[in-house]
Amino acid sequence: MFELLGITPQVLMGQLLLGLINGSFYAVLSLGLAVIFGLLNIINFTHGAQYMLGAFVAWMLGAYLGVGYWWALLAAPIVVGASGLVLERLALSKLYHLDHLYGLLLTFGVALILQGIFRDAYGISGQPYQIPDLLAGGHNLGFMFLPNYRAWVVVASVIVCFATWFAIEKTRLGAYLRAATENPTLVGAFGINVPRMIMLTYAFGVGLAGFAGVLAAPIYSVNPNMGADLIIVVFAVVVIGGMGSILGAIVTGYGLGLVEGLTRVFYPEASSVVIFVIMAIVLMLKPEGLFGRSA
Amino acid sequence: MRRSTIFGPGLASLALAAAIVPAAAQEAIDVTLGVLNDRSGTYADLSGEGSVVAARMAVEDFDAEGKGMNVEIVSADHQNKPDIGSNVARQWYDQDGVDVILDVPTSSVALAVADITADANKVFINSGAGSTELTRGQCRPTTVHWTYDTAALAKGTGSAITEAGGDTWFFLTADYAFGHSLEENTAEVVEEAGGQVMGEVRHPFPARDFSSYLLQAQGSGAKVIGLANAGGDTVNAIKQASEFGITQSGQQLAALLMFITDVHALGAETAQGLQLTEAFYWDQDDATRDWSARFEEMHGAKPTMVQAGVYSGVMKYLAAVEALGSAEDGEAVVAEMKAEPFDDPLFGEGYVRADGRVIHDMYLFEVKSPDESESEWDLYTQNAVIAGEEAWLPMLEECDFSQEAG
Amino acid sequence: MAETATDPVPSAASPASSGMPMLHKAIFAILLAALLVLPFLVYPVFAMKAMCFALFAAAFNLLLGFGGLLSFGHAAYFGGASYIAAHAAKVWGFTPELAVLTGTAAAALLGLAIGALAIRRQGIYFAMVTLAFAQMVYFFALQAEFTGGEDGIQSVPRGDLFGIVPMGSNLALYFFVLAVTFGGILCLYRIVHSPFGQVLKAIRENEPRAISLGYRVNRYKLAVFTLSATFAGLAGATKSQVFQLASLTDVHWSMSGEVVLMTLLGGMGTIFGPLVGATVIVALQNYLASFGAWVTIIQGVIFVLGVLLFREGIVGVLARWTGRRL
Repeated sequence: MFELLGITPQVLMGQLLLGLINGSFYAVLSLGLAVIFGLLNIINFTHGAQYMLGAFVAWMLGAYLGVGYWWALLAAPIVVGASGLVLERLALSKLYHLDHLYGLLLTFGVALILQGIFRDAYGISGQPYQIPDLLAGGHNLGFMFLPNYRAWVVVASVIVCFATWFAIEKTRLGAYLRAATENPTLVGAFGINVPRMIMLTYAFGVGLAGFAGVLAAPIYSVNPNMGADLIIVVFAVVVIGGMGSILGAIVTGYGLGLVEGLTRVFYPEASSVVIFVIMAIVLMLKPEGLFGRSA
Repeated sequence: MRRSTIFGPGLASLALAAAIVPAAAQEAIDVTLGVLNDRSGTYADLSGEGSVVAARMAVEDFDAEGKGMNVEIVSADHQNKPDIGSNVARQWYDQDGVDVILDVPTSSVALAVADITADANKVFINSGAGSTELTRGQCRPTTVHWTYDTAALAKGTGSAITEAGGDTWFFLTADYAFGHSLEENTAEVVEEAGGQVMGEVRHPFPARDFSSYLLQAQGSGAKVIGLANAGGDTVNAIKQASEFGITQSGQQLAALLMFITDVHALGAETAQGLQLTEAFYWDQDDATRDWSARFEEMHGAKPTMVQAGVYSGVMKYLAAVEALGSAEDGEAVVAEMKAEPFDDPLFGEGYVRADGRVIHDMYLFEVKSPDESESEWDLYTQNAVIAGEEAWLPMLEECDFSQEAG
Repeated sequence: MAETATDPVPSAASPASSGMPMLHKAIFAILLAALLVLPFLVYPVFAMKAMCFALFAAAFNLLLGFGGLLSFGHAAYFGGASYIAAHAAKVWGFTPELAVLTGTAAAALLGLAIGALAIRRQGIYFAMVTLAFAQMVYFFALQAEFTGGEDGIQSVPRGDLFGIVPMGSNLALYFFVLAVTFGGILCLYRIVHSPFGQVLKAIRENEPRAISLGYRVNRYKLAVFTLSATFAGLAGATKSQVFQLASLTDVHWSMSGEVVLMTLLGGMGTIFGPLVGATVIVALQNYLASFGAWVTIIQGVIFVLGVLLFREGIVGVLARWTGRRL
């Protein structure tokens, strides 16, 4: 079996690798959503806009201040995270006593505002952002030409995902966090400032979206709509993985990237819906998601 | 004036009065131009405010005031949505006394506006849309399609590249009607010119990541990768092709629908070597350079072919209205536009064919490398001229409006 | 839990009486009278658009305001029906009323299929599941042959109603649309005030209790979901006859967002809120059309302010001031 339906193993390998690269974005974005959902019980519809914001901040830092990619990779997530902090304080925190659906509606509105502002200011054609010199060029792997930058995307996302998982599942801070998810009052009674923890968690989740945005800036065009359609796919990823499951979000993110990559080889017409089809199947067979505990 | 029966009182009655009483010859002729295009979306840069600027320049250059015409320009954003576009068009014709709608860069909106215009017996001069349907399946006696269509682009890019030795093709096609027809048109031209189509891959629309499709194109071994998509998709595909070293490895990219603003946004570095067909380039001769310099002064960017088309369309339209002494009967105005061939400063010699298709030359350009490019907008070298008679699809018999219009 | 989308109006006082309260009767009568003279005062196409969206929002409100289920994918039924109705009128040559019925039936079936899956989850999950299914419908509309991709289905003929009454003029069509949408809204009113509607409210307020009382909650949920999809479809199908086209705008997820906005702005769980919300938003889009991206920004701001300060919506506030259910 060297050829499967006329696809050589080389091509297959190449496509799987590309799938993994795309999966990196899904993983980082769905991880951010899962972290936020886990503690705030809010589906952050602004996530796509915050991903866009990350890319735009990186571009603005370069265009107006001459700040390069590497500093932008550090600074942009912080800027985006800080904006998340403000949003949480001014708006989201007012909604915790209400139905969670209001959080969804609020963040949807914020996403519209952000996209509208950037569309008005920069148009829709997109801004160019160069790949940093250090990562220019690429390597021939035999089965495909792999640009260095794409390899970096996978490495960076794996590091970030692992670090986040470790921090939440294995550290004391993570333990407080998880405890606060279960019983905020009790954790508060132990002298831990729960509202501040919630605020910082939201900022962190949002910062992850900003990070993904900077990663994306050099390969996709930086435009106001870059997050709008992506976010819906990421929602599906989170539903498949099981909401609130950190590991689930990461594994499903990479996994669905691979599945999508395979679809592009065997049946490209379906590549935009395959994730939604999988979601429908998962919902029928295991409604709480692949890694979710039943609610 | 079927719609006149339903006018309410108020503003509309003014329009009604104007419609019933034919303008006396010696009185000023009132003309309202409506520039309907994309002012916030994908096509905002290539049409948008620039098209309004072009229309304004045409009104000045025509010396409308000196010729006793009272010309007003209104504009609106159709947001690339046919329902919004048709709503505006209806309201303009029914209530606001608009006589001609210009530009309309989105095919779906353009098709809707063509119908509404025919119903209202006004004029529709399209410059921005690419659908051949405007002068074929949905041809109307009140439609003039000025600048380009997808068939002409396919013809220019497909035949010229094939004849120059790029005779094996692989298509990257946006998976919807527009992409399919662009691919079909081009494939036909390529095969006619003795070339061969090695395969195609359909990508979702809009797509973010093209690496997978580009890899398939690379694997096909075709000499030319035809990009049968538009706007952001084309830009992204070209950007990623450069990232994956596609062009460096000897394959050629051919964009089947692209504008100078897209090339400008990509930069010569990324876009160099790309071949594309356009109807107009600012740096063709003295006339285009002069006009484009004036345009740039007002708008801050060089004109696209779409904006140039709006200018030339308005010039021709105003001349027809002047000859008739009235803008009321849209069908008559269009017939008048079709009566005489023109020699336009921007589009050269040409004429409006009986089906509304404007026949003029098209040009195959290649994007310069950063070393060759001397200024920000110095982007193209001209590789070939596709003569007007060659470039366009032949007229369909059912779209020949010459008899009825008399 | 997430199930309790709050009812801004004290609903304890809602009698399940079969008759319509005098106040509501009066409002509906005034509304009808106003709508009868409206086309002579404003541009009829604009009025028809507003009415279609009012019905759409009212259908959505049945699900959100009275069923407590937030769907983020209602564009699928609205747009799906609009495509089917346009296709029926243009290709199959159906008369307007048959085309509208065909589109509506298609939306009902679609709602039944998607609803059966979606009601397996609750709250936020439910919202996301409906959104994902709507995306599938969107991609289908984009790629299928009969939908015409980007161009949509254009030049849908305005046929003869029942094969005899020509719908060519805006005015004739206006009264057809008025009959359909007003009738639809009255139907929705009936549903809300039927015993079925009362059970829905019980489920919304306390689902475990409704289960313990022996109600087959999932059947009720599926029923209300399907009904809501059906009326959303009726609105979409009618709109396709008005604009003579069906396009991707109608199935895009931003349309799903818009209907949430209309309902939220007008007041969810109120009778007249969606009508007010739809009118305001349609007017806003119409008059701000030339401002481009600002329309999006303003809609976003309304969303945010609505959620933060103004959760009762316009009609909800009026209801509180007057102390009446509206």
